[in-house]
Amino acid sequence: MNRFRIGFLPLVDCALPVVAREMGFAAREGVEIALVRDRTWAAVRDRLTYGQTDAAHLVAPIAIAMALGLDRPPQPIGAPFMLGLNGNAIAVSAALADRLDMGMEAEARPLGERLAGIAKEMAAAGRRLRFAVVHRYSSHNYMLRYWLAACGCDPERDVEIRVVAPPLIADAFAAGEIDGSVVGEPWNSLAVERGDAVIISSTSRIWSRGVEKLLAFRAELLDERRSEVEALLRALYAAGQFAADPANLEAVADLLSRADYIGLPAELIARGLSGRLVCRRGEEAVRVPDFLVLHGEAASFPWRSQAMWLYSQMARWGHARPTAEGFAAAAATFRPDIYRSAFAGTGAVLPGASLKVEGAISAPLGAGSHGGRLVMGPDRFFDGRLFDPDEPFAYLAQDGVTI
Amino acid sequence: MKIAIIDESAARAAVIEEGLREAGLDDIALLVERHGVVAELERLAPDVILINLENPSRDMLEESFALSRALARPIAMFVDQSDEASIAEAVDAGISAYVVDGLRKDRIKPVLELAVRRFHAFSRLQAELQEARSALAERKTIDRAKALLMKRRGVDEPTAYALLRKQAMDGGRRIVEVAEALITAENLLGGSL
Repeated sequence: MNRFRIGFLPLVDCALPVVAREMGFAAREGVEIALVRDRTWAAVRDRLTYGQTDAAHLVAPIAIAMALGLDRPPQPIGAPFMLGLNGNAIAVSAALADRLDMGMEAEARPLGERLAGIAKEMAAAGRRLRFAVVHRYSSHNYMLRYWLAACGCDPERDVEIRVVAPPLIADAFAAGEIDGSVVGEPWNSLAVERGDAVIISSTSRIWSRGVEKLLAFRAELLDERRSEVEALLRALYAAGQFAADPANLEAVADLLSRADYIGLPAELIARGLSGRLVCRRGEEAVRVPDFLVLHGEAASFPWRSQAMWLYSQMARWGHARPTAEGFAAAAATFRPDIYRSAFAGTGAVLPGASLKVEGAISAPLGAGSHGGRLVMGPDRFFDGRLFDPDEPFAYLAQDGVTI
Repeated sequence: MKIAIIDESAARAAVIEEGLREAGLDDIALLVERHGVVAELERLAPDVILINLENPSRDMLEESFALSRALARPIAMFVDQSDEASIAEAVDAGISAYVVDGLRKDRIKPVLELAVRRFHAFSRLQAELQEARSALAERKTIDRAKALLMKRRGVDEPTAYALLRKQAMDGGRRIVEVAEALITAENLLGGSL
């Protein structure tokens, strides 16, 4: 019956399925989308595993953890479409912001070094800084660790990283339970408006094209309902074109603000969508280029090298084992084959490869493609490192991780 | 076997606890506060944790299970420990369970099944209560609309009701919808009732 129940968390990057449903893109492709909202990733994951939903808006590493069976029985998962790159802000308590005396205007390196310095002083004084991330297996967790480690503090020893679900982040700041957070919008903006937090940076400053949300399916459903899945992906792509058009910003923000989606004012939601963030209550908005990339430059294409980078971080922090099988299994959860077959002959630009060296592009660059010219935007890590998917163990060795 | 029930709804937790106790399981702890859950679990060291699927603390709890040295590592309920159908049924009912690795299947399955039955019973009770509440609210709305008509049109109560009913039948609507529309219009037009 061409119906897809899609689980999601109230975050700005649930935009594509919402727009596909509400603006008629799904109907045009002959599919129906029903959206199922939850408050925790655990609930989104369980509904997908046990068939209460057909697909899920998920943080990419959770899909990999499900497929690998980390802390639970393995569940074969396939992700043929990415729902957005980056879109997470880094916020700190008002007190820590004052002490930092640096913020969005600063580059990631000096800001990170200042933060790392404070973290080490605090740790030495017996009161480690507490950061909230949204899940153990989240890009938020890995980006924060990557940044702090590269700036001279040990994320395992010098700070405390705990898990807080996105809708609870603002409350956690208000209660003084956390000193900082990495979370998607509009939850940073909510904490800012309450006067409890200040946005100091974004994950796009750490990795300018960071892998973030994907649309996950149980692998067997991808086989059983392939042609419907492909129609759904085309609807999401059209939704991406619509959502990425600045002329539609207000319409998309209004949609997402509805009580059954995010349930917060459209004005707050528009900030993350447009990358114009109010970093401290009452201040002017600051434009953060490429804060959230929903469409264009093959943003929705599931690059297997991005799954492998995530796996390298899972191995780096002891969440998974540094094995060739692990890298292969992580890469296999991303399904560029399905993406290609869904968009063949549609005019959508398709990358020629499924792997690329991550972090290698510093200025817009033409890439091998079919169906049109593909120009890739800068995808650099702030520290200039490269991740070559052909040499994942050499990359891990740079961080002292050996097989 | 020690069982911990984590639920934001104290009433539902109590209903589940009662069911488990009736079945002869008496080593049960209820945790309804969000704060301090992890420390409390470490102190209790339960074999089975039952938690409502939608509990907002689940991501945080799973992280603490993965890290804790104090807890014998509880893991998500899985197929070897029960059958897939009964787990799917639990998820449908709105329950998630974490079980200490190695606990025998025949010991866990009845606990889960009992919890599912109790969860369903609680949902039924809630639905009935909700129905009763909305029936009462509807009656009040209709009474207000009747009073309005009696005052405005100078008719008696049966006539006012008949007017509402006719309007509803003509428009293919429910009487309460017509009553609501009437009250809304009255409020908009600045009337006082």
